[in-house]
Amino acid sequence: MSIKLLLEKAHVEGIRYFDVYRREGGYRSVEKALKEMGPEAIVEEVKKSGLRGRGGAGFPAGMKWSFIAKPEGVPRHLVCNADESEPGTFKDRYLMEFIPHLLIEGLIVSSFALGSNDTYIYIRGEYAWIVDILEQAISEAKNNGFLGNNILGTGFNCNIHVQRGAGAYICGEETALIESLEGKRGNPRIKPPFPAVQGVWMRPTVVNNVETLAAVVPIINMGGEEYAKIGVGRSTGTKLISACGNINKPGVYEIDMTISVEEFIYSDEYCGGIANGKKLKACIPGGSSVPILPANLLLKTAKGETRYMNYESLSDGGFATGSMMGSGGFIVLDEDQCVVRHTLSLARFYRHESCGQCSPCREGTGWMEKILKNIEYGKGKLSDIDLLWDIQRKIEGNTICPLGDAAAWPVAAAIRHFRDEFEWHVLHPEEAQQRNYGLAHYADPIHVPATA
Amino acid sequence: MSEQQLFKVTIDNITIEVPAGTTILNAARQIGGEVAPPAMCYYSKLAGSGGKCRTCLVEVSKGSEKDPRPMPKLVASCRTTVMDGMEVKNITSEKVVDARAGVVEFLLLNHPLDCPICDQAGECHLQDLSYEHGKEGTRYEFQRRTFKKHDIGPYIQLHMTRCILCYRCVFTADQLTSKREHGVLDRGDHAEIATFIEKSLDNEFIGNVIDVCPVGALTDKTFRFKNRVWFLKPVEAHRDCPTCSGKVTLWNRGDEVYRVTARKDQWGEVEEWICNTCRFEKKQTSDWVIEGPRLVDRHSVISQGHYAGSVGMHKPAETFAAVNDGRSPKLMMDIHDVSKVNRNEITLSLINGPAHSTNFNSTKD
Repeated sequence: MSIKLLLEKAHVEGIRYFDVYRREGGYRSVEKALKEMGPEAIVEEVKKSGLRGRGGAGFPAGMKWSFIAKPEGVPRHLVCNADESEPGTFKDRYLMEFIPHLLIEGLIVSSFALGSNDTYIYIRGEYAWIVDILEQAISEAKNNGFLGNNILGTGFNCNIHVQRGAGAYICGEETALIESLEGKRGNPRIKPPFPAVQGVWMRPTVVNNVETLAAVVPIINMGGEEYAKIGVGRSTGTKLISACGNINKPGVYEIDMTISVEEFIYSDEYCGGIANGKKLKACIPGGSSVPILPANLLLKTAKGETRYMNYESLSDGGFATGSMMGSGGFIVLDEDQCVVRHTLSLARFYRHESCGQCSPCREGTGWMEKILKNIEYGKGKLSDIDLLWDIQRKIEGNTICPLGDAAAWPVAAAIRHFRDEFEWHVLHPEEAQQRNYGLAHYADPIHVPATA
Repeated sequence: MSEQQLFKVTIDNITIEVPAGTTILNAARQIGGEVAPPAMCYYSKLAGSGGKCRTCLVEVSKGSEKDPRPMPKLVASCRTTVMDGMEVKNITSEKVVDARAGVVEFLLLNHPLDCPICDQAGECHLQDLSYEHGKEGTRYEFQRRTFKKHDIGPYIQLHMTRCILCYRCVFTADQLTSKREHGVLDRGDHAEIATFIEKSLDNEFIGNVIDVCPVGALTDKTFRFKNRVWFLKPVEAHRDCPTCSGKVTLWNRGDEVYRVTARKDQWGEVEEWICNTCRFEKKQTSDWVIEGPRLVDRHSVISQGHYAGSVGMHKPAETFAAVNDGRSPKLMMDIHDVSKVNRNEITLSLINGPAHSTNFNSTKD
C-alpha cells in the first residue's frame, strides 16, 4: 500500500462535516502554522517540500509564493483555482466533494502565509453542487473559530468567498480567471505584469490549484523535509491521478510518484488493467492538452528505460518521444479506439473553448477541426496531414496564453506518433468508415540502438 | 522633471536610446521604416490595446545587459517594454518572418476579401499587411464564416465578416464615451463585435470607432458606396466646434465634401478625436475653413491623383477669352436641358444612399 496524504481519511464516514474532520485530526496545521510558525516560516517550509503546482504546469509552489509583491497598504489575495475543466481531469472535484475541509484548512494556512484576508475559490460553473458543500464547510469552520476575525486569538482575519464560473474552459488560465473573478469577460491578460504583482483588482495575487493548496496541510503537519522524502527527485510528495478511459477501475488515485506507468495501469490497486481484456494502444498521461503517447513509448522511454509516473520520467525525451505529467488526467485508449477521431474531438473542444482574443488560436483551432473532420469522414487528402502540422506549428508559442499550445500539442503528437493511422484514413476512406485501424505496431517494443 | 533613464536597445542591428518603459514597437517606430513591426490591434492612444493580433511578434535574441538570455518565445513588441542592452530581431529573424506570414494567413482565413465593394479599400491596414507579408493564395478550403447582421444605428455600418477582432473599437467606446454600449459577444471563432440587444450607437464621440478600425468592419454609413477613397482629395480643414478640436481631414471631389475623418499620422493613428457632428453633419464646404492639402504617403494609392498644389477648392482658370480673342463662347446646346441622366443640381454626397439612375430621372420628383 502506498502512502496517502490527501485521501487517507476521504472515506471516513461523515468526513465532509467539521466535527468528524476535526476528530480525525483536522485543522492541526492551522493551529501549528498560526501559533508556532510565522508566514515566512510557512513559505520556507513549502519551499523545502519541493511541492510543485498540481494544476498542470508544475511550477514550484513555494517559489511562486515568494514572488508575491508586498507593497505597503495594498491588500494581497490568494485565489484557489477550482475551475477544473481539462477533459480527463476530475481530481479536484473528488477532493472538494469528499473532503472539503482539507481544502479549507490548506487555504487558511496559505492565506496566513501570503497575508491574504480575503481569499477566493473560483469554481467551475458546472460544479454547482460542490459550491454548497464548500460553503457549508466554510460556515462550519467560521463557527468554530478557524475563519473570520481574530482566528484562534492570533489577530489574523481571513474570509473565504466562493465564486462560480460561467462555463468557460479558458477561465482556468490564471489571468483569465482573475478577469472573470473581477466580473469581466474571461480573456487572458498579457503578461507581464504577472499576477504576483498585479492580479485581482491590480493587487498582488497568488493563484494555486485545489490540490496544491490541499497539499500544504500535510507539509505543515509533517514538515517540508519529511514531505520531500516522498517521491523521487524533483517530483516530491503525492499526486492525485484521475484515471479514465478503457480501464477496469476508473477513478481518482493518490500515488507517491515512485510507481511505473505499467504498474499504474495493470495493478489491481490502481486501474486494474485494460477493460474487456483488450490491449493498450495509446494514453494521454496528463489531461487532454498534453501529447498522446503510443503504448510502446508510454511504458518505456526511447532509451528503453521504464517510464515512471512522475514529472521527470513522463517528460523524458521531450515532445519527440515523451509527454507531460500535466494535471494528472490519465486517459487510456484501447486497441479499438481511433486516434484520428479522438484528436478530432479534442480539436473540437479547443475550437469551442478558445476565447477568440488572439488571431492564431481563434482562426487556427477552427481550421484544424475542419481538416480533421475531413480526414475522419474520408474526405481528407495526404497534403492535409502536412497542412495540419504547419497550422499547429504556427499556433504554438505565438499566442497570449497557453490555450494555443494546448490546442496544438495533441494534434502535433497524434501526427508525430500515429501518422500512418492518419494516412490510412486518407488512403482507405471507405474502409475507415467501417472499422478502426486497430493496434497496428503501436505496442511493438522499440528498438534501442546499443551504445558503446 | 528629473532626467529619465535611457535604455539602449538594438533592433535589426540599429541601436537607439529610448526612455525606460518604452515598448519595443515604439522604439522601432522611432527608427522607422521597415524596422517598425506592423500592428493591427495596438493603438498608442487607447489604454490596454495591443497584444492580440500577433502581427508585431519579434524575437528577443538578448534579454538585457544584466540577463543576456534570449526570450524563449517570440514576444508581442507592442506590449513588451525594452530593457537596457536588449537586442531585438524583427525582419532579420527567419522565425519572425515565418510566424508573421502565419498570422497574416490566420487573419485572412475567414476574411471575405470583398475589397472591390469595401469602403475601406485603399486605406485598409489588412490590405497593406497582406500585400507586404502575405502569400498569394490561401490553403483554406472551407466556407468562410458569416454572422447575423446587426444594425447599429444611422451613422455606423458594421460588417462583422471583415472584423479581425482587434478590440480597438471596444476600447474606444469604453474610454471615449460616457456609456459603453458595444463590446464582444460570444467567444472563439464565433466571437463578434455587437451592441447588446440591437442598440444603436449614438454617443457623440462614437464615430471614432470608424477611424480606429483597421479594416472595413466599421465604416461611415453617410459615405457608404459614395466613392472610392483614391478618387477623393484629402484636405486639412477646421471649424469652431464646441465639443471637439474641430481639426479634421475633408475628403473632397471638386467642391463636394464626401467624407469627414480625423487626421491620421503615419502609423494610421488618429491625431485628435473628433465628434459626431463634425464627422457626420458638416458636409458643406462652407462649414469649414480649409487649411491646405493633407500630405499622403507617396506609396499610398490615395496619392495617385497628384493633387498636391491644386487642391479641391482651386478651380481651373477660364481660358475662353484668350483663345477666342475676347469673344464669348456660343452655347450650341445645354446638355442638361435635354439629358435625363445628368442633373447638375444634384449633389452626389447629399443623396441618401448610393447614386442610382432614379436619382437623375427628371420625369420623377
